[in-house]
Amino acid sequence: MRRFLDVTHAVAWRAIHNFTTNPAFFFPSIIFPLFFFTAFAGGLSNVGNVPGFDFPAGYTAFQFVFVLLQAAAFGGVFTGFGIASDFERGFARRLLLGAPNRLGILAGYAVAALVRAGIVAALLFAVALATGMRITGDGVDLFGLLVLALLVNVTATLFAAGVAFRARTIQAGPAMQMPVFIVLFLAPVFVPLKLVGGWVHAVAKVNPVTAILEGGRDLISGQSFPVGPAFGLSIALALIFSVWAVRGVRRAEAAG
Amino acid sequence: MIGQVREMARRSILQTLRQPAMVIPPVVFPLLLVAINAAGLDAATKIPGFPADSYWDFAIAVPFIQGSLFAAINAGTAMARDVETGFLKRLAMTPMQRMALLIGQLIGVMLVAFASALIYLTVGFAAGMNFKSGVLGVPAIIALAVLIALAFAAIGAYIGLRSGSGEAVQGIFPLLFVFLFLSSVNLPRNLIEQDWFRTVATYNPVSYLVEGVRSLIITGWDGQALALGFGLAAAIAAGAVTLASRALRTRLIRT
Repeated sequence: MRRFLDVTHAVAWRAIHNFTTNPAFFFPSIIFPLFFFTAFAGGLSNVGNVPGFDFPAGYTAFQFVFVLLQAAAFGGVFTGFGIASDFERGFARRLLLGAPNRLGILAGYAVAALVRAGIVAALLFAVALATGMRITGDGVDLFGLLVLALLVNVTATLFAAGVAFRARTIQAGPAMQMPVFIVLFLAPVFVPLKLVGGWVHAVAKVNPVTAILEGGRDLISGQSFPVGPAFGLSIALALIFSVWAVRGVRRAEAAG
Repeated sequence: MIGQVREMARRSILQTLRQPAMVIPPVVFPLLLVAINAAGLDAATKIPGFPADSYWDFAIAVPFIQGSLFAAINAGTAMARDVETGFLKRLAMTPMQRMALLIGQLIGVMLVAFASALIYLTVGFAAGMNFKSGVLGVPAIIALAVLIALAFAAIGAYIGLRSGSGEAVQGIFPLLFVFLFLSSVNLPRNLIEQDWFRTVATYNPVSYLVEGVRSLIITGWDGQALALGFGLAAAIAAGAVTLASRALRTRLIRT
């Protein structure tokens, strides 16, 4: 256990240090969620006046939850990019050779992704509140929303890490990014599920992200909240992708 | 000169066709996004004053612009690669006219944009697009799409030639996306509620490019929208081609 924690600590410290000291990594992570928040909440606010749109906290809060979860998910994807880059530079192979516990490498990257998501979430909250976002949920609800976002981050990190450990090249970037992007946008992004039309409605109904997104929106608006679907699904997905990621590490070990 | 342009255009098209990553995303990605947005935002048609009965009709203009953004990246990356691989330096030793390279590259990108526009229109019609400007609107919308692609491709070529780095060209893609999203791409400007966003969209030239394409689909023949769309696209193209040709001249100085 001690070896696992030492490796986790070292890998996490390095990844967090790289993220916070390199503007090329830091600023895109911050700017893109803020940009999406601006474009969606600002440009589409009139959509909140559509008949049947009855979200008590308003359109800005409605969009904020999506942007928060999207930023959390992409924080995980970017961590996958980092793992793939480490393989391309040969660093990850040396790490596999030197680490006394290789699962600690995966855990270290996951911890770094959590810290990264936490920083982005804090900045997003600050900007959203400064621009007048209404929150009708209480402190416990907000804590629940943050936990939900971090669970999404863990799930996305484990998915992207699984791809990165298998492919071991940054050329696998689209294979990490596109599925996450598509699954996120096939949820009710702009309006509640009942107002989503066409084939997207059918897909969104069975998309697990829908339950997580709706749970987050219930939390920020203080509405009655069925814990099971949102948190249960998030934890289940994280567990499934932890198996995927661990097997990815084993693949990388076997590849040498 | 014509023969040189033809050779360079052929080279540009072949380079593009040989790399599926340069062909598939510009066609598939915008169509995927518009399909998702059209379903997700169909409720927006219930906003009083919304100019179309179906959000699909309103949104199908967007792939034409998104495809042009990809054209910018493709042209810029190709130019940067020519700098990085030393192709331009070798070219400087030949009697080839400088402009033939730039024009050939841009013609190649415009042909890809032409094919993309045909695909967008075909998908649009297949999904039930109500095209208000009739049969003559088809060549008009394709002409505008190709002109917009030329404008963005020339910007990409300029950046590729100036920087000589494919990475730098890729780096402008998010910036181009910012211009796209901060425009009237999702809602008409008069229905954007936030004053600051409406102001930004009003000063953003991309709004007028989108509205020019969109007017042919949802309005019919709107002289003002078309004049602004064609006029701005032509102005951006002229400015960017001038800048790109100057950058090429600098790159091809014989030393």
